[in-house]
Amino acid sequence: MNNTAQLLQNNKKKILENWMQNQLADEALRDDLISNEELRRQSDELLNGLATATASGNVENTYAPEYETVTEILSDISITRARQGFTPRETGMYVLSLKQAINQVLEEKLSDQPEQLYKELSIINKLLDNLSMITFDTYIKGREEVILRQNDEINEISTPVIRVWEGILALPIIGTLDSARTQVVMENLLLEIVNTGSSIAILDISGVPAVDSLVAQHLIKTVSATRLMGAECIISGIRAEIAQTIVHLGIDLSNIKTKATLANALQLAFSMRGVEVKKTARYTGLNLNK
Amino acid sequence: MDRIPILKMGQFLLVTIQVDLYDRLALNLENDLINMVSKTGARGVLIDISAVSIVDSFMGRILGNIASMSRIMDAETVVVGMQPAVAITLVELGLTLQGVYTALDVEKGMELLHDKIGTIEHPEDEEEEAPHDDID
Repeated sequence: MNNTAQLLQNNKKKILENWMQNQLADEALRDDLISNEELRRQSDELLNGLATATASGNVENTYAPEYETVTEILSDISITRARQGFTPRETGMYVLSLKQAINQVLEEKLSDQPEQLYKELSIINKLLDNLSMITFDTYIKGREEVILRQNDEINEISTPVIRVWEGILALPIIGTLDSARTQVVMENLLLEIVNTGSSIAILDISGVPAVDSLVAQHLIKTVSATRLMGAECIISGIRAEIAQTIVHLGIDLSNIKTKATLANALQLAFSMRGVEVKKTARYTGLNLNK
Repeated sequence: MDRIPILKMGQFLLVTIQVDLYDRLALNLENDLINMVSKTGARGVLIDISAVSIVDSFMGRILGNIASMSRIMDAETVVVGMQPAVAITLVELGLTLQGVYTALDVEKGMELLHDKIGTIEHPEDEEEEAPHDDID
């Protein structure tokens, strides 16, 4: 057993105390998110794992199998923390305060052997720096999972297909169109065309913040797919700046029917289906009381 | 050898594909259909692919070919009842079947064909055209 491992093993209790003190003294302690007992349990577990791992003699390579338990515990902790809403700083400080605690103990124990102290300090520094890198890695992974899940949820609710008239569907697109979303939009639209037997679909893009060549290509794909099904597609909601970018990018939309507003598109759809909307002589209200 | 039946309905030819097309079958269909067009002098071809769930680029090309060949022989082609998944696949393959007319179902396809070749058709009652219209 090497020096570092021995030091850790013998002074485990002292280190844990120091560490807990450091954590509790930190202003950023989130006792609203995690209880002190839970924190102590976590810390104890991690310290034990670390002591066992260093006992193998390996104090450098944290990717070695000896460190599997430590990495697992750390990953668990940081993923839970990411989900609970800890900030990166709070998560990072957790591991870094362990370093501080160990260093304090080392200073006490080895104050009469400066050379040894320096060696041990640098070993511990390196080891815990590696561990904090792992923490950050998994923390960010945890956050990304959260973002991905939210993304899925947004995608699910953001593609409604509305039946505005018999045989006419409208599909307001809100937000950026990427490939994955186009796929969802296209599938929903085509399924709805089959289900309702509609022959005209209006794609309203007034909620799309910007149209670049990729988005335009996705729109053209959707229009082509609708056409293959035997329905016509009208694109509406083209704002002035979008018309400008489309022309500047040299995108050819000439064989697609486009209208400035949804109202205009609806009018065109009516005339294509031979439907006429007329004003009656007098506004009669909703007649809810009758 | 398997063949897909081609039905003659007045001036139109009606093909209903009930099985998944493999290459040989598709080539046979192309052959038979063009021969049939030339034999009967049909003015329109209606292909119902509502039961087809798998297409590849070859199938897409065959459909395009049938349309172009029929056009040369003065017959319009309408493909009806394409499944959403099939439509998406064709678009992703870059085959938008230019020159092929499409419709949602056989009924709308027939209407479209009547429209295209200019025969008078009452949208309410589905009466068949008198065949002597274009013979003389």
